[in-house]
Formats: sequence, structure tokens, C-alpha cells
Amino acid sequence: MSSTVQTTGRTWKKPPFIANPVLRWGLLIAVVGYVWWAVTSLPFDWERIQDGVPRAIRIFKGAFPPSFIRGELLFDGFMESIKIAIVSTLLGLALSIPIAFASASNIAPKWLYTIGRGFIIVARSFHPVIVAILFVKAVGFGPLAGILTLTIYSIGFVAKMLAERIEEIDWGQVEAVRAAGAPTFVTLLYAVIPQIMPRQIGLSIYQLDSNLRASAIVGIVGAGGIGSTLLNAFGRYDYDFALAITLCIIGVILVSEAISGRIRRNLW
Amino acid sequence: MLRIKELVKRYGEEKAVLKNLNLEVPGESVVSIIGASGAGKSTLLRCINRLVEPSSGSIELNGTELTKLEGKALRLARRRIGMVFQGFNLIDRLTVMENVQSGRLGYLPAWRAVTRNYPQEDIDRAFHLMERVGIAHYANKRADELSGGERQRVGVVRALMQEPEILLADEPTASLDPKTSRQIMELLRALASELHLPVLINIHNVNEAKEYTQRIVGMRFGRIIFDGEPTDLNNDAMDEIYAGVPAEERGGAESSTHLREVAAR
Amino acid sequence: MVATTQPTGPDAIAHREWSRYTSKERWRRYGLMALVALAVVWSLSTINVIWPWLWDAPQQMGDLFGRMFPPSLEGWKDIAWTLLETVNIATIATFFAVFLSLPIALIAAQNTTPNRFTLWLGRFILVSSRSVNTIIWALLFVAVFGPGVLAGILAIIFRSIGFLGKLLGEAIEEIDRAPIEALESVGASRFKILVYGVIPQVMPTFFAVSILRWDINLRESTVLGLVGAGGIGIILQGAIDTFAWQTVATILLAIIGLVIIGEAISAYLRKKVI
Ligand SMILES: Nc1ncnc2c1ncn2[C@@H]1O[C@H](COP(=O)(O)OP(=O)(O)O)[C@@H](O)[C@H]1O
Ligand SMILES: [Mg+2]
Repeated sequence: MSSTVQTTGRTWKKPPFIANPVLRWGLLIAVVGYVWWAVTSLPFDWERIQDGVPRAIRIFKGAFPPSFIRGELLFDGFMESIKIAIVSTLLGLALSIPIAFASASNIAPKWLYTIGRGFIIVARSFHPVIVAILFVKAVGFGPLAGILTLTIYSIGFVAKMLAERIEEIDWGQVEAVRAAGAPTFVTLLYAVIPQIMPRQIGLSIYQLDSNLRASAIVGIVGAGGIGSTLLNAFGRYDYDFALAITLCIIGVILVSEAISGRIRRNLW
Repeated sequence: MLRIKELVKRYGEEKAVLKNLNLEVPGESVVSIIGASGAGKSTLLRCINRLVEPSSGSIELNGTELTKLEGKALRLARRRIGMVFQGFNLIDRLTVMENVQSGRLGYLPAWRAVTRNYPQEDIDRAFHLMERVGIAHYANKRADELSGGERQRVGVVRALMQEPEILLADEPTASLDPKTSRQIMELLRALASELHLPVLINIHNVNEAKEYTQRIVGMRFGRIIFDGEPTDLNNDAMDEIYAGVPAEERGGAESSTHLREVAAR
Repeated sequence: MVATTQPTGPDAIAHREWSRYTSKERWRRYGLMALVALAVVWSLSTINVIWPWLWDAPQQMGDLFGRMFPPSLEGWKDIAWTLLETVNIATIATFFAVFLSLPIALIAAQNTTPNRFTLWLGRFILVSSRSVNTIIWALLFVAVFGPGVLAGILAIIFRSIGFLGKLLGEAIEEIDRAPIEALESVGASRFKILVYGVIPQVMPTFFAVSILRWDINLRESTVLGLVGAGGIGIILQGAIDTFAWQTVATILLAIIGLVIIGEAISAYLRKKVI
């Protein structure tokens, strides 16, 4: 097939992502300017950074092969992390139910709703490590600070999700129970709880998994568990032990993720 | 000239979907392929441009044997074969022009493709074809903002941008409403004669096949059991092609408009 | 879930019973509950906690908050500046991570990876990145490059690649095959198919996921300083170590503000790109 096309002289350019040229160039200049400014204004310590390569080599040499000699310490650290995760999940779940009710706009009065939501927002805004430092200061080093931290962490997530679920419940069922003359508490028990239960179970398994992950890091600021073991290893330049711990953390997280994913798939 | 000899296609261990199929399409003819759903029409078309790997047999296009090609040689062969799809297969988030120019991807250097810096002659050609089918004013619209008929026009132009030696169309009108569907068929016929292009159209609607094409091939169970002019397609032939298929699903000659919905399923 | 046991016979009606679960289900539930109870009892009884401290905790916390009040405005310039630095760390790191994660996502997705080896390489990178927490990455980089923002930026990059790459890779695996087929049929090479068929389809996910990760990184960058990797965490640690609780309060409020603003921006941007 052949067909000669007369040239029309029409050109074509891809229409720009942002039509307004002032806005487009302005945005581009702003982005480039920002990146430039951000990179130059950050306090990089170039001399120290130049030491990085030999140090990296030294650390890698020190880390291989990973050392499992102090297996007992490793095991104890993990057990403590698991215990922290279990206890805090349970506490967090228990506490998040009332807080979720308080934060559900269709159930709680306005003043209570404001308090509930406020609590959730604060709990979610702080990284667990920050919460952990405060608890370490208040109740001392050790797993108790970890438990309290992860309880707050659990509430931030579970109460939020649960409150959203409560806001979506089917009011027909609530009215049916109420029409039968049930008092408020019974209404909650029979009409609301059954509706939110499946979500709650899914959330709790998810949260147990999250808490296990988080428990590995809150230890870094002194809140017990494997994180503390890891920090000590780093502090004493025991890089081979640190590598062993890190590998174990990865392994445990992968296993826990697989199990939790599987259970949740079966539930739904 | 397209020459298919003893073509067999078998998906996995199943029994063959195409059974020793022979077909010749000379020069500039417009051929429609009809047959019940599952007869193997799509498989046949897709074997030609190797979207499906033939199990055995030979397919020859203007002297090039297509079944043995690999890698670069296959890509060079594919760019000579245009294809129009039932579901249009456009890239929704790109503009009409980019979709149209994607027909040139077999020719274009990578840097031009990435930067959308298309050669002027390709742009001229694209505008020419888009004007021909009535979508030039949409050049800068996103493909997903167009209606079905307009999208299929983009699909047709994309295929023509390849400067193909043959055009394959797999149920190009099955997703369109009756009126648009006829417009597209008319367009394919007109373009075929303007561009001296052989066209192979899979089609569910026998009426359209009879109206718009000079030759009809009937398939059943992976074999060609009818090959002739529209006037040869009598009731006996229809019965043979569609035996066991309820009359209202045949898209048959005497049928009314509601058949098209069945065809479009 | 609801089962009724229905005895037959003349007095069937009189003997009808109702129970919420079948007996097998009931035993499974009891079993599970027992397991949970056992886990809890084991955890509580063996964990190394001095319980009186727990009863003491509310008072201690109250005490702490009491000392934080009122938040001190002294040194607010420092705090504001470090907060900005924190935002910069999160933003720059996200920026680089986004670019690095794209090729990794491409090799970790079944339909775009060149071969088996690259597929496994891609998955290995994603898994190792994802299963090491930002803080642990930060510990490592602080040991290598010394305390400072570089360690923090690298830590966030290394953690974000796994997150971005995984979600992006999944999006790539779920793209619509139809346009890809059309591009194959015109004779486009793999690379051109990638540019014209794959990338446009995953663009919305790409933006949404990047913005989401920026939001997360903002939160994470507030704690990098606690292991010496730059940002607001450094002055938080300093204030805690010197018992400057009123300054601690100001910093905490600043962090809440930062995180809430970040979340609002991220929610707004994500709505725009989808
Ligand atoms: N990718 C595939 N894998 C396995 N079987 C297929 C595949 N594509 C089509 N088939 C089977 O091949 C037969 C012919 O299909 P097709 O060529 O699509 O027929 P038509 O286009 O005439 O409706 C059908 O039985 C179909 O189930
Ligand atoms: Mg078909």
C-alpha cells in the first residue's frame, strides 16, 4: 500500500501537563529551587561522610558471618517482644472499643465525640518511638514502657477503624432491639457489637502483626524486647550479632506477615 | 497476498482449535469471516500477527513466512500487519494523537517515542487520516474521553499509521451500537479501496458481512466450511455454519435489530 | 452460623432447641479462646515487668504532663528551623526513593521483568527493604556515615523503596492487557511497550503511592533524630535529656501540627491525582 500525503505544515506537540504556562514554569522553578535549597541547607558533615566507605567496609567485615553465639540473649529478646506484642494488643483492643464508641458520630454526643477523636488523632500523630521515650521516662526502662506504648499505638489504629465501622452500621437492627424495650447497654450488645465483630477480629490480627513489628523498634529507645538487644549490639560494635538479630527480625516479620495475611484471608 | 497452509493451533493439551486450515487472500479483497462464537475466528486472526503462536502450518504474507520469525524480525513483520480490536485496545490515559502515533512505534527510534517528538511526515499522515475518519479535532483529547465509535476510529487510524500490507479486524463493530457499527464497516470498506489494502474482518453480523464485503468465509469447529460470494450464502450454507446455534443468535440475514445485542455480548 | 437441632417424633415441637453455633464450631471457638487465654496468661506471668510500676504509671504520666505545662516558647526559632529540616529530609528522601523504586518495581513485576533472575533480584530488594524498619536502617547508616541528616535521608530512602516498589509492582501486574496487545501487534519493542502501555496505566497509582509514602515519611522523620539521624528528634532527645519538659511539650505540639498538616496535604493531593 502506498499513499502520498500532502504536507499540511500542521505541527503537533504533546499538550503540557499544566496548561497555564505561568503556573507550569512557576511550579517547575519552585520545585527545582526547593530541592536546591533543601539539599544545600541541610547540615551535611562531608568530612565525616567521607569516612563512610572505610567504615562501611569495616562494619561489613565485622558483620559477616552473622554470629548466633549469644543465641540465648537473642531468644530472650524475641520472647519479650512477642509478649509485649500480645499484652499490648489485648489491652489496646479492649480499650479501643469504648474509645471507638466515643468517637462514632452516630452514637456519641458531640462533646464525647470531640474528646474521642482528639485522643485518636494525638495517638496516631506520634510515632511509637516518641511515645516510648515518654513512657520510658515515666515508668522506667523495660517492657512495661513497651506495653504502654504499643497499647496507645493499637488504640490509634483500631479505634479509628472501628469507629468508622460503627458509623456505617445498619440502624434497622438497632431500632428493632430498641423497639423491644432494651436499655442502651443491651442495645449496644445485641445490635451493634455483632455488626462490628468481624471487623474487630480482622483488625486484631492485623494489629498483633503490626505490634510485633513495632515492638522490635521501640526497644531502641529502651522499651524492652529485641530492639534493646539490637541497640546494645550496635553500641558495643558487635556487628556480627547485630546482623544476626536483624536477620531474625526479618524472618519473624515475614512469618508473622504470612500467618496474619492467611488468617485474615480465611476470615473474609 | 496472504497464504495460510495447513494451519493448526492447539491451546495447551486441548484438542485443536484450528484444524489444518487453508486460506488465500489475494491482493485487495475485503474478506469477512463468520462463524459461531468459539469457531476459532479470533485465533485465526491472532495467529497471523503472532499474538497467538500457531502450533504448525505456514502463514505467508507477500513472500515472508511469518510462523518462524523471532525477536526483531517478528517485530518488523508485525509492523506490516495492522489490527483493529473489538475492545479498541487504546491507551486510555494518552491523547488521541499519541494513540495514533503508537501505530508508528515499530518504525520510530526510541528517543523520539519517549519524547513524543514525532517526525513531521508522521504528523501530516496522522492528521490526514484523522481528518479522513473525522476525529482530527480530537487530537489533544484523552482517548478515554471519546465515544465508542470515535475510539474505534482511533483504533483504525492507529492500524493505518503502520502503513500495513494487510489489515486484520477482530469483531471491530461488536461493541458499538447499530448505527456506529455500520459507519465503521463503511469506513473499513472505503479505506480498503482507497489504500488498496486487503482486509480480513471477523464479524458476528451476517447482514453486515454480506453488505460490506466481497467474499465471505464461514468457519465451524476450526475449519473453513464455506468460502464464496455473499450471494452464495444461502440458507443451507447458513445452517451448516451455525448448526445447533439458535436462530436468534446467528445475526442472520432476516434477523431484526435486537440480534446485535446478542452479538455484542 | 445459626443452627437448630430438630428432634423428630411426636413431641418434636416441645423439644426444639436453639443454639448459636453447631457443636463443632463451638469447640473450635472454645479452642481458639483457650489458646488466646493461654498466650495472654503466659505473656503476663513471664514478662519481666515490675507491676507496681504499672499502678504508678498514671501518676507518673500525670506528673510528667504537669511539668510540661505550660509549653515554653523559648527556643521556638530552633524548633521551627529543625521542623523545616525534618520536612526537607522526608521530602528529599521520598523524591529519590520514588525514582529508585520505579525500575525496581518493573523488574519485580512478573509481566515486565526481563527474566527469572531479575524477578528474584527485584523481589529480594523489596523484601529486604520492607522488612527492615526505618529506625534500624538509620542505626546502620549512622554507624557508617556518622550522625547527621545523610543517615536519615538514606534510611528513609532504603525503607521507602520497598513500600513504593511493592505497591507499584502490584499495580503493574494488574494493568489491562488489551492496550499492551495492541502495541505488540504494531511491532513495538519491549521498551516502547513499557513507555506507551505500562507507564501511562500505572501513573495514577504511582502518584498516589508516592504521596502516601511522603506522608508516612514525614512521621518517620520525626524520630530519626533519636538515633542521631537528623531532624526534630535530635532536639527532642536533647530536651528530654536535660529535663526541659516545657520545651518537650512545645516540640510535641509542633510534631502534632506537622503530622496533621502533612496528612491534610497528602489527602488533598491524592484526591487530585485520582
Ligand atoms: N488463550 C486461550 N487459551 C485456551 N483456550 C482458548 C484461548 N483462546 C481461545 N480459546 C479457545 O479456543 C476456541 C476458539 O476461540 P476463538 O478463537 O476466540 O473463537 P471465536 O473468535 O470464533 O469466538 C474456543 O473454544 C476458546 O475457548
Ligand atoms: Mg472472537
